[in-house]
Amino acid sequence: MKNISINLQVNGKQVSSNIEPRTSLVDFLRDELRLTGTHVGCEHGICGACTVLLNGDPVRSCCMFAVQANGLEVTTVEGLAPERGQLSKIQDAFCEKHGLQCGFCTPGMLITCQALINKNPHPSEAEIRDAISGNLCRCTGYQQIVDAVVFATKETS
Amino acid sequence: MKAAPFDYHLAENLSHTKNLLKEYGDDVKLIAGGQSLVPMMAMRLAKPSHLIDIARIDELQLISSLEESIRIGAGVKQCVLENHPLTSQIPLLSAVVPWIGHHQTRNRGTIGGSLAHADPSAELPLIAVILQAKIHCENIDTQRINSAKDFFLGPMWTTLEAQECLTHIDWPIWHGTGIGYAFEETSIRQGDFAMASAATQLQVDASGKLMRIHCGVGGMGGTPYSFEDMTSPLIGQTLSKELIHGFSEQAIQQTEPATDLHANAAYRRNLAKTLLRRTIEQSLAMATSSFQHHLR
Repeated sequence: MKNISINLQVNGKQVSSNIEPRTSLVDFLRDELRLTGTHVGCEHGICGACTVLLNGDPVRSCCMFAVQANGLEVTTVEGLAPERGQLSKIQDAFCEKHGLQCGFCTPGMLITCQALINKNPHPSEAEIRDAISGNLCRCTGYQQIVDAVVFATKETS
Repeated sequence: MKAAPFDYHLAENLSHTKNLLKEYGDDVKLIAGGQSLVPMMAMRLAKPSHLIDIARIDELQLISSLEESIRIGAGVKQCVLENHPLTSQIPLLSAVVPWIGHHQTRNRGTIGGSLAHADPSAELPLIAVILQAKIHCENIDTQRINSAKDFFLGPMWTTLEAQECLTHIDWPIWHGTGIGYAFEETSIRQGDFAMASAATQLQVDASGKLMRIHCGVGGMGGTPYSFEDMTSPLIGQTLSKELIHGFSEQAIQQTEPATDLHANAAYRRNLAKTLLRRTIEQSLAMATSSFQHHLR
C-alpha cells in the first residue's frame, strides 16, 4: 500500500507529509502534527468532537481521510485564538458562561459555534441549538453553551 | 476503529474514473464525501483495497436545467442542494436537505453518495423514488438510466455494478399551480437515522380536485415505498380527512418494517401511517392555499 504525499494549510501554516492513505484527518492532525486540541470521540461521525473547519465549513475530521484534504485549508481549535496565550471571543464566552465541564466536546463545540457566527453574527437561541445539534455533550451542559454563544454575539459584547 | 490499508487514487475526470474502475475490478470503492463509507471502513464493514476519490471531478458537480427536469451531478454536496437557485424547482428536494444527517456531514456528503449507499432510512432515496428521478450510471463501455424505483434493490443494495459510477440524477419538474409537498420524519435524536419518514407531492385543480399524487414512506423495509399503484382511486376526488386516513391506513399495510431496539414493527407502522397522513394533509393545504394566493 503506497504512501501519499500531501500538502495542506493548517491554521494558516503550510504543512506537508507523506502518509498512509488510511490515516484519518483527525489522526493526522493529532499524531503527525501533534495538534491534540481536536478530540477523537466516536470515530464514526456521531459525536462531533472532531469537528474542524475545512475551507471554512465545519466537517467531521474522523469521517475523512487526510489525503482527501490535500490542497485544502484546515482550521482546528488551536487556530481560533488571535495569538498564543489569548482567547477568541467565543472561547472567552465559554469560560465566562461555564460552557464546559469535562471539556471533551469543547473543541468541536467551539469550532461549530465559530462556524455559526461566521455565517450568522447574531443567531437566535433556536439557531444556536440547531447548529450544535450535531455535537454531543455527555455532561449535558448544553444550556451554558447556548448562553455562551448568546453572550459572545450580543450587540454590546 | 481504523480503516484497513488501501491504495488511494485521485480521479481527474469521469473517463479516468471509469478506467480506474475497470483496472481494479471488484475490490474497489468510489469515495466522494465519504460520510457513510468512511465510518463503514472505520468499523471494517468495508475493506476495499482501492479507493478512487471522485470528489474533485468538475463534471460531477454540475447542476443544470433541462426542459422537463433538473440534472444534478452525483458529486454535488448535500449542503448545496438546500439553497441552489435551480433546485428551487424541485422544492421537495430542497425541503428534505435539513433532515439529512447534520450540517457538518452535509458539508461533505453528496447526493450521489447517499443514493449509491442506499440506506433504507435515508431521505434522498425516498425523495428520488417518489419524484420518479432518473439515475444515470456509467461504466467504461456503456451508459444506462434507471428509474429510482428500479435502482434500489434492498438495504445498501442497488443495481450499481462494481465497475459503474453513478454520474448524475434527473429530477422531473412539476409545472403549474396547485402544487403542494411535505416531508416528515421521526428519529431518536435530530440528525439520527429515521425510525420512519414520509413524503408527499401532489397537485390539485382550481376546484380542489386531486390531479396527481406521489407519496411514500422510508425506513419501513429494505427500500423506500412509493404507493403509485394505489393512488388511482384518489384522482379526481376532493380529498377529505376520511379519505386521507383510509388511504394512509391501507398504504402502510403494504410495508414490512423490521423490529429493532428503537421501535417494533407495529409501532413503526403506526408512526409511518401518521407521518404519511400528515404529509398528505400538509401538501393539500399548501396546494390549495397556493391556488388562492394565485387567484388574488
